[in-house]
Amino acid sequence: MHLKYGSAAEPVSRLIEEFHKLPGIGPKSAARLAYHILRIPESSARSLAEAIIAVKEKIVLCSVCQNLTDNDPCAICQDTDRDHSVICVVEEPLDILAVERTGQFKGLFHVLHGVISPMDGIGPDDLKISELLERMKAGGVEEVILATNPNLEGEATAMYLQRLLSPLGVRVTSLARGLPVGGDLEYADEITLGRAFEGRREV
Amino acid sequence: MPTLKTYKTEAIVLKHIDLGEADRILTLYTPNQGKLRAVARGVRRMKSRLGGHVEPLINCSLMLSHGRALEVVSQGQTIESFLPIRNDLKLTVQALYLVELTDAFTSERIENYSVYKLLLDSLRLLAKVRNAEILFRYFELQLLGYVGYEPQLYKCLNCKATIEPVQNFFSTSGGGILCPNCAHTEPVVKPISVDALKVVRLLQRGDFITANRLRLSADLSRELERIMQGYIRYLLEREIKSTRFRDRLKREDTEIAADLGKF
Ligand SMILES: [Zn+2]
Ligand SMILES: [Zn+2]
Repeated sequence: MHLKYGSAAEPVSRLIEEFHKLPGIGPKSAARLAYHILRIPESSARSLAEAIIAVKEKIVLCSVCQNLTDNDPCAICQDTDRDHSVICVVEEPLDILAVERTGQFKGLFHVLHGVISPMDGIGPDDLKISELLERMKAGGVEEVILATNPNLEGEATAMYLQRLLSPLGVRVTSLARGLPVGGDLEYADEITLGRAFEGRREV
Repeated sequence: MPTLKTYKTEAIVLKHIDLGEADRILTLYTPNQGKLRAVARGVRRMKSRLGGHVEPLINCSLMLSHGRALEVVSQGQTIESFLPIRNDLKLTVQALYLVELTDAFTSERIENYSVYKLLLDSLRLLAKVRNAEILFRYFELQLLGYVGYEPQLYKCLNCKATIEPVQNFFSTSGGGILCPNCAHTEPVVKPISVDALKVVRLLQRGDFITANRLRLSADLSRELERIMQGYIRYLLEREIKSTRFRDRLKREDTEIAADLGKF
């Protein structure tokens, strides 16, 4: 790997290599980022490095909802104004931010940290599913909202969770699978349109 | 500006992997070019017009153009979405098994129309048949035939004698049947019953309709599965990954049934 950036000085090629490991960063972008770092003041570079160390040292998974937090349990799980009887299950921590931005949901979350992907060999044991079942056993949960992504893996995961949760006597719901705002009906695919009909309601 | 040559093709989406912020790389199986990989831009955005048409298991019509390394999808329209499969976890996982086998046994840009037809027909059947196990065996035997691994079921691999209706042996390493006298000539062999051999021959001939009418005992069904899984694992030198989750669902179902039986 070192040979690939052989023309750059060793510390530079090492930095390029590290950037190259990041998701979505190709060799060209990695080199561009590395040379950007070379040009910025040392204080900025130090602050970036410290920020990286800080997330690794201070951020843990919330022992209740598995969200990333610097305080365990996290602020959401500790908030007594929120409805602790409703849990919204999401794939990734970033999904919580998206739901929070709507301001519509006042319950708690549970982060799976992935989805079931049978062809990649990723199954239930690779996700935070047993932790979710523990929360069910602890009691007090009346509704679980499955908010996985509306794609094959997300839906398979939701169907699997429904199998596990329904026998526990808890209400299991999923987000309405409908038409995207701003779209034209004629461009809707068959699955979205089919689900939108299933989920129609009184106006 | 150079004009990009676009062309239209049908395809079945085998799988997708995320690329960058909002794109995906699709693995497609097409009627005239075999397996292809193509970039679909922006499909992970909620407002993408393309996203819902290029999900795995969907049979769609696509406009593609030649990109630098991969094809690029410019438009897509669903032909068949197999919604009954998508709405059922077990069927979804079973369909993924068919798709994963297709992916594992084919190479890019090698036309094999029979494979395309087999996969499409099998997805259609999966939504309807009551015995998916026999459909899997049918699919496996047909697929292996189309890609050059058709097992020899009529003559002994070693002595070439016609196979008699007694317990014979299936050789995964040799890809066919050995008579009782020759069973020792190959390193990996499994006994195959008279009934199992009959079913395998029927399926190899492509007679799904007759095979689907058979009522297989649980033992016979397991024997057939073991023989085919062994052969496939030998050919691929690995497991088919989706079987792990499929078997887990099966196991959980039996546990649930056993629990219910207690009351
Ligand atoms: Zn929490
Ligand atoms: Zn022989």
